[in-house]
Amino acid sequence: MTRLSSHLLPPQARTASLRLRALLERGLPLTERPWRALAEQCGMSEGEVLAWVERWQQQGMIKRLGLVVRHHALGIRANAMVVWDLPDEHVSEVGRRLAAEPAVTLCYRRRRQPPEWPYNLFCMIHGSHRERVLAALDEIVGRHGLQGIPRRVLFSHKAYKQCGGRYTHEEEP
Amino acid sequence: MSPSSARYLPMAELDALDRRLIDAFQRDLPLCPRPFAVMAERLGVSEAEVLARLHALQQDEVLSRVGPVFDHARAGASLLAAVSVPEAERDAVATAINRSPGVNHNYAREHDFNLWFVMTAADENQLEARLEALEEELGRPLLRLPMVEGYHIDLGFPIPWDELEAP
Repeated sequence: MTRLSSHLLPPQARTASLRLRALLERGLPLTERPWRALAEQCGMSEGEVLAWVERWQQQGMIKRLGLVVRHHALGIRANAMVVWDLPDEHVSEVGRRLAAEPAVTLCYRRRRQPPEWPYNLFCMIHGSHRERVLAALDEIVGRHGLQGIPRRVLFSHKAYKQCGGRYTHEEEP
Repeated sequence: MSPSSARYLPMAELDALDRRLIDAFQRDLPLCPRPFAVMAERLGVSEAEVLARLHALQQDEVLSRVGPVFDHARAGASLLAAVSVPEAERDAVATAINRSPGVNHNYAREHDFNLWFVMTAADENQLEARLEALEEELGRPLLRLPMVEGYHIDLGFPIPWDELEAP
């Protein structure tokens, strides 16, 4: 998969599209014509901006386009990272099953880093209260027969930073 | 502003229109010259009303932004990292991590590895350089946990309004 089709473009267009990405990472301006406002800042037409965004959606580089909610501000404050040490031959299958659980908001396999870190499957469960999150986890463990799998639950208790990814070479604000 | 400084927003302050707006448009923002007008039409209100609500929600830090969520793997390089620090030094180390370029999430968690953050960069080389620089600055080894396979990576989940209203 090509990471960025813009590598094939003339340098000027590539620079403009990278500039657009950097602007998009910070969010749309809340005005009647947000795309036109972005277009003016990166030297494109409004139509070109829309075409880039549509292309990035089709490529899967943009996963979703919409309101990005801060769950903590809404009262969704119990944020548990549940980590599991699954046999390598089962991790993908279990990961897919856990991902389908409504209570699971993120699920991915990561590389272990033994000996400090033997866990290879991560999932997040968000909820209003710790008890509800733990109850949801108990149900999941029971439903998928994961009682014997070593796991740890790491609740977060302070968010020092939470913002969208910054992948371009633009300077931080 | 850090999310921990956001004031507590009682759910009662988000009225039915705010909730419909959030429920309907965490994804599928219309891709057209006037997206807020199209959203307004679907919700049966004016474009100005939608813009006013979005402004207010952003002001209250309920919304971090309106826009795209990029795929980490395709948009560039990223890595989940953790570090174990004495509790007394946690805030200071977290501040140093936040200063480091590319850090977009940073949480304290209940574990010996008590600080967890995501470092992003344009590519793997830049990512590694950033991690090494931070590791040197902190004088502590970082746990580096690259993603191998994603099964579900999207925080656009339905908001459990009823649960949040319960005492």
